[in-house]
Amino acid sequence: MAKRERASPSKSASKGERASVDALLASREMILVAGSGGVGKTTVAAALGLAAVERQPGRVLVLTVDPARRLATALGLEAFGNTPVKIDADAFTETGIEARGELHVAMLDTKAGWDELIRRHAPDAKTRDAVLANPLYQNITSRFVHSHDYLAMEQLHDLHATGDYDLVIVDTPPSRNALTILDAPGRMADFFGSRLLRWLTVPYRSRLFTFASKPFYQVADRVLGSRFLEDIADFFVLFQAMESGFVKRANEVEALLVDPRTAFVVVSTLEAAPAHEAAYLAESLAERKMAIGAVVANRVLPATLATSAASAAAERLEELTGPDAEELDAAQFDTDWLCEAVATELGAGADVVDSVLHQMAVRFDDLAMVAAREAARRNDLDELSSTSVSIPWLTGDIHDLSGLAVLAGHLRGRSDEAESP
Amino acid sequence: MTDLLDLEFLFVTGKGGVGKTTVAAAIAEVAARRGQRVLVCEMDAKGALATAFELSELQFEPTEVEPNLFAMSMSTEDSLREYLRLFVKIPFIGRIGPLASTFDFVADAAPGVKEILAVGKLAWEVKERHYDLVVVDAEASGHVVSQIGAPKVIADLVQVGVVRDQTQWMLDILEDPARTGVAVVTTAEEMPVTESIELLGRLTAETGTHPTAVIANRVLPAMFAKSELGVAEQMTDAVPVLADHIGPGADAVVRAATIVESRRSIGAGHLDRLRDAVDESDSVNDLPIVTVPELFSRGHGRRVVSLVADSLDEELA
Repeated sequence: MAKRERASPSKSASKGERASVDALLASREMILVAGSGGVGKTTVAAALGLAAVERQPGRVLVLTVDPARRLATALGLEAFGNTPVKIDADAFTETGIEARGELHVAMLDTKAGWDELIRRHAPDAKTRDAVLANPLYQNITSRFVHSHDYLAMEQLHDLHATGDYDLVIVDTPPSRNALTILDAPGRMADFFGSRLLRWLTVPYRSRLFTFASKPFYQVADRVLGSRFLEDIADFFVLFQAMESGFVKRANEVEALLVDPRTAFVVVSTLEAAPAHEAAYLAESLAERKMAIGAVVANRVLPATLATSAASAAAERLEELTGPDAEELDAAQFDTDWLCEAVATELGAGADVVDSVLHQMAVRFDDLAMVAAREAARRNDLDELSSTSVSIPWLTGDIHDLSGLAVLAGHLRGRSDEAESP
Repeated sequence: MTDLLDLEFLFVTGKGGVGKTTVAAAIAEVAARRGQRVLVCEMDAKGALATAFELSELQFEPTEVEPNLFAMSMSTEDSLREYLRLFVKIPFIGRIGPLASTFDFVADAAPGVKEILAVGKLAWEVKERHYDLVVVDAEASGHVVSQIGAPKVIADLVQVGVVRDQTQWMLDILEDPARTGVAVVTTAEEMPVTESIELLGRLTAETGTHPTAVIANRVLPAMFAKSELGVAEQMTDAVPVLADHIGPGADAVVRAATIVESRRSIGAGHLDRLRDAVDESDSVNDLPIVTVPELFSRGHGRRVVSLVADSLDEELA
């Protein structure tokens, strides 16, 4: 594999990269799994957690959002909220997994998370109850742009701060622009420090005065109606009482993102759009001085598909099979012989074998073309981090612990079937 | 097979990564090919629609990308500016620049305000019949309910004011299944199908709009007849024999077929689940599921839009 070896140029590329996912899991305390939608972030996050407990003792927590139903069931996550649950040791034993550590999982629940935040930051019970009962509160928290992102960060901070876990792995929310999550704490702090909030929260009487004197309010009043503005203002007055708590926390969360104990794992498939987003994400992480611990290329096609031997074989097979095969006089003998040989081997009819082989030959080019294009992108992805692993295109959905174990094996480079393109 | 192109206002959504933007662009292209005057709008300003048409960027002001096909990118600030000019008759237009950016901030915090400015602008184009069809490359399935549902939320929250007055005509358009529809794009994979089923369950109740179709994108066509599947599965055992005749690449050829066939059959299972969920539903049991085959082509760009449009054109005949 043509890969820039940064850390250890003398090592063989594949050995170096495979050792390092274990090293990453052993050396960091927080790992954020990021990437564009649909690349398998949740599954990779869960598999990283499993890989960690296979390798080392200790308590590992995977915080996930919106996992696939069957995966949730497999992990015992069906009815749980923000409270972590431990995967039963028996479940590991039954699946033949030797876990040295404990694996805990939790699912992010935005609403419960916000309620928790309010309870924590409210200066008194009166403010707390007023906020929780405010008609805008539910709307704002469930619809507040990127509130998921901020909460994921908050949870990470909290769970790390409890000291209950040796490693916390967060599956970041599906976000088309993965960067929103990185800027969420800063935005939260900015919001509380903003002139807007001060405007909105000046005492109501003087606000009337301000309303009349500022074009902003003239417009806002006409557009939104003063009642709605008041509702908003009331809400923010309550919110402002919690400012110091929120801002302090947002700053702590932001600091955590650049902490040397934190690393990002960027997941991507080798399709154009996700790979492009992964590159953009990596660049942005570097700008923000956030560490990329590893790049995971998911659903990678076998490299052998893109070889000339393969396309030569497909071409030959196409000539030797199918309805046009008879016309090739020279190949006549070979055709019968090929299909019959295979038919004998499989105990099947020669006609069926001919048809199946012909389809395989004809359709090969489609996949080979995809494989060739993806191999080129694979090289680009490898350059994003000194540690990169690939997970082959597995022939099945991952929906239980044994499936996750296979994935964990690929991540750790321990699988016999691991592809090394 | 569906009324997709008879609508005036079509939201296209789906889980991130399923090809939502390409499908939205392709639907717009099909409508334009059939002589309709079409506007397609990207809501999230990430530039995916511009990429689909191979332009460096799109503006709030629509660009005619093909005859009769106009594309734009939503900007809340521009929408506010236009809105103030049209409805509030604000006299001090010159001062709206900084005003709008401040407003943008309120809109960020206040529920539904930003969304209603975006949805409202497009609903306005529909109302004024500036186009035969307005296609919205909407938010992904996780956020689309709050986007399309904004007028409903505002109607519930805001008692007075211009915005309140404005929500009713929007709701009239949005809630009319003959005028407005939602196309949910999915791939034949577990999570996209699950999200689509959930979205179909929530859409009408929470937004008042009606789903018009599910579009299953990148569906792998069957490679083998049913009677051939057994032999195809066994073919791995015959690789040594094959290699004698066609060379060492035989293994890769058989493997490629195995990968495609296994993906196809898993995907078919997910689509069956989708079909069952639709059939069993009270509200959407006659919803068509339109299939767009995997094109084994480039990920995005004009060529793909055009190929997807070809395939939709046939399906929607």
